[in-house]
Amino acid sequence: MKNDYDYVVVGGGLVGMAIAYGLAKRGVSTLVLDGEDSSVRAARGNFGLVWVSSKGSRQIDYARWSLESSQLWPGFCQELEDASGMKLGYEKPGGIMIAMNEESLASSAAALEKLHAQDSRLSYEVLDHRQLKQRIPAVGPDVTGAVYSPHDGHVSPLYTLRGLFAAFEHAGGVYRSDARVDLIVPRDGGFRLTAGRQTFDAGKVVLCAGLGNRVLAPMVGLRAPVVPLRGQILVTERVKRFLDYPTLSVRQTAEGSLLLGDSAEDVDMDDGVTPGIIAHIAQKAIAPFPLLKNVRVVRAWGSLRIMTPDSMPVYEESLAHPGAFVALCHSGVTLAAAHCEKLVPWLMGAPRPSLLEYFYAKRFAV
Amino acid sequence: MPNVSLFSALAAAPAAQVSILINDRSFSVPNYMTVAAALLSVGVTQLRETPVSNAPRAPFCMMGACFECLVEIDSVPNQQACMTLVQPGMTIRSMIGARSLK
Amino acid sequence: MSMTHVDLLIIGAGPAGMSCAIQAREAGLDVLLLDENQQPGGQIYRSVAQSPLADPDLLGKDYTAGAVLVKRFLASGATYWPGTLAWQITRDRQVSFTRNGANGSGGSGQIQARALVIANGAQERPVPFPGWTLPGVMGIGAAQTLLKSAALLPSQRVVLAGSGPLLYLFAWQLIRSGSSVAAILDTTPRANRFPALRYLFSALRAPGYLLKGMGLLKTIRGSATPHIQHVESLSAQGQGAVGSVRYTVKGRETQIDSDLLLVHQGVIPNVQLTRSLGCEHRWDEMQLCWRPELDEWGQTSLTGIYVAGDGGGIDGAKVAELSGAVAALQIGQQLGFFTESVRDTEARPLKRQLNAHRAIRPFLDTLYRPADIFRRPSDPTIVCRCEEVSAGDIRAMSRLGCSGPNQAKSFSRCGMGPCQGRMCGITVGEILAEARHAPMQKVGYYRIRPPIKPVQLIDLANAYVPDADAAPMAAFVPK
Repeated sequence: MKNDYDYVVVGGGLVGMAIAYGLAKRGVSTLVLDGEDSSVRAARGNFGLVWVSSKGSRQIDYARWSLESSQLWPGFCQELEDASGMKLGYEKPGGIMIAMNEESLASSAAALEKLHAQDSRLSYEVLDHRQLKQRIPAVGPDVTGAVYSPHDGHVSPLYTLRGLFAAFEHAGGVYRSDARVDLIVPRDGGFRLTAGRQTFDAGKVVLCAGLGNRVLAPMVGLRAPVVPLRGQILVTERVKRFLDYPTLSVRQTAEGSLLLGDSAEDVDMDDGVTPGIIAHIAQKAIAPFPLLKNVRVVRAWGSLRIMTPDSMPVYEESLAHPGAFVALCHSGVTLAAAHCEKLVPWLMGAPRPSLLEYFYAKRFAV
Repeated sequence: MPNVSLFSALAAAPAAQVSILINDRSFSVPNYMTVAAALLSVGVTQLRETPVSNAPRAPFCMMGACFECLVEIDSVPNQQACMTLVQPGMTIRSMIGARSLK
Repeated sequence: MSMTHVDLLIIGAGPAGMSCAIQAREAGLDVLLLDENQQPGGQIYRSVAQSPLADPDLLGKDYTAGAVLVKRFLASGATYWPGTLAWQITRDRQVSFTRNGANGSGGSGQIQARALVIANGAQERPVPFPGWTLPGVMGIGAAQTLLKSAALLPSQRVVLAGSGPLLYLFAWQLIRSGSSVAAILDTTPRANRFPALRYLFSALRAPGYLLKGMGLLKTIRGSATPHIQHVESLSAQGQGAVGSVRYTVKGRETQIDSDLLLVHQGVIPNVQLTRSLGCEHRWDEMQLCWRPELDEWGQTSLTGIYVAGDGGGIDGAKVAELSGAVAALQIGQQLGFFTESVRDTEARPLKRQLNAHRAIRPFLDTLYRPADIFRRPSDPTIVCRCEEVSAGDIRAMSRLGCSGPNQAKSFSRCGMGPCQGRMCGITVGEILAEARHAPMQKVGYYRIRPPIKPVQLIDLANAYVPDADAAPMAAFVPK
């Protein structure tokens, strides 16, 4: 069995597999080393938004990077669907941010206006109750209105990952599970990775292990300033289609089930679900959609997401050990297309995209 | 549509009868029956069509584990028929595919 | 609704739960017992106290004896909430519940327990084979439930198929009720008999089980019912409902007409609650099931949380009753109601009886071990009934790189339906274990989360009782 590769990608989640696929389809010999079936995986707790609007208020390039990815997504989706023979449930009808009162409507609109002023592609529309009800008849009487943005969409994150597995394999990539990397040693112009009793040699290494990067990054002279942030999600039984637009806290999947969410807690590595947050998410879903009262929740998820201090990505090559890279982000689904098409060429030696100038870990140094 | 029932009644202790509607047809069943037992006793062999492929399904475990016996009861969809006792005037409907928002 | 506080909360009103409540009440504990059904009895003693049958003795003495236990439970002074589902438990023993009231009454809330006994019993082992999802295919346990609580008897061409004591018990009950059985297709593998002999000697220690079994078989053999042994495979056919059953013996296939196919391959512990808590579980290679790790008193790997009865491993109704009492004794001592010495004096005879009754299990588990074809079915067989995922799909997930049920679930949707993996979890694990040459203990099971049954959003919203002393959730604003 072959044990040395041009590139080894550590982590088989949405970030790792999008990068690994991008490498493999460009003819690079690529190995993905992934953890166990029960490993903590942000990919399993993803809401599925391919979202642009309201991002980038701290740094407009983040909005631009997200926008670029959203424009690449349809082609990216097609490749994965062709490779896997299955539909990803991707749609881009635009996104809706529901407001339950005038203040929140005004503040959402103001935030988007600020972004639009910096980049006119970031358009949006303010909808009053009547206009919103035309698009989403199921909204309840207490909803004040919403802000609509045409760049937003959604997809099944799990099918996206499955599609990436299939596409990666078709492109000649090799995936190994039960191979959690615990040591990386730079040597002989490359890197030796150890996963339990197995060792692998790589010309270059890309760290996409989410929270696991905290331990691995320093081994190759990089920093991974991330903390776990627990998000809890409720998933309902299938419902006949009534919601044509994704919102930040309720979206309807292609199969008909509803994903309900939008919670954020700092609870270290506890990915359980709690009665209080579940109740909060349930109330938050019923408020704009009173008809959801008797819809049944089939499962709840707690998932540990990847948060940098400003929630924006880190893409960096090690100065001490060139050829070692780290890629960290919160929006693994939204950015999957850009990772595959725009980040990978940089990993292969092309100039770093100018859009990514800001996203170094050093911005967090005090 | 009810066929010949797969089950017949054994000699029973005296019990009150309860009038229920199954897909708009009226039936009289003993009050000790669950909705699933009542459906089977009047000859309903296929309870629902799945939301995945509209495959026909009927009760399997009768103890609340399999979730095959999902029916709409008094306008609330996807209730386990085997876990619900019949009540006078109950309206029961088959689930054909996914529920709607109502 | 405010938070209810109790010494002991018991989930399940079968023999284990009832016995636990009785013992705990004798010790003076304040006890609340929740059960989903409307009457006590669990599965085995369903409707025993209010049987709809004119002649409940049809079902046999072991069944009717349950009425005594029910009577003692109802007189014990335990608070009893029927029609109540406990759908979330925290490690601190806070339980979220929803009560089903008639005509919309009911409600949701939370209970804080000082000790918790999970006595939610077992379910029938899912038996996947081609056509098992057709209407008219049901578990034998399901047909027994219809007999016990609805006074209904199979009336058309009924075929029983499978393996294990319940197969024979039900055939016996049907024959006694005057029902005719078209055939008993016994899938007990021929190859199991020799290994089972090893345990026959210790099985003789168990009071009366072997004699009872022999009695059942004698009645069956004396009837006109064809009893076909060592059936190697099964399939059901029909348009919209089962119309015929095909089976093979020594490679030769036979087809028989059938309107009702009742199947059984033993029972397995219901581990949804213990899994949702994150209790340690182990794969029992003899019983071919997952069971929570328990100490001698039934305590799980979590302090103050116990399992009594078949939910901890399949040992039958008598053991369930005894284990419920044993757990109550330990809990009574832990909560300060009596000393260890008193506990031990009370527990000693119970534990002795427990061991005697358990002696039958190795023999039964080995003799009736399901054949491989039912553990790892053929590719076209549906494995996940809810999401209609086949055995072949699961094998494809393994080839794609999935090393366990959770990855397979993410990619194929197996386990994502309303039954939350009850029907497919073990089969998916077994298929992956075979495909990857890995032991079941390593392959594992689905990550089970609350709610452990689907619950309406309004009930989730209403169940929570905010803790006035808790710190407010830190708001995270990622901008």
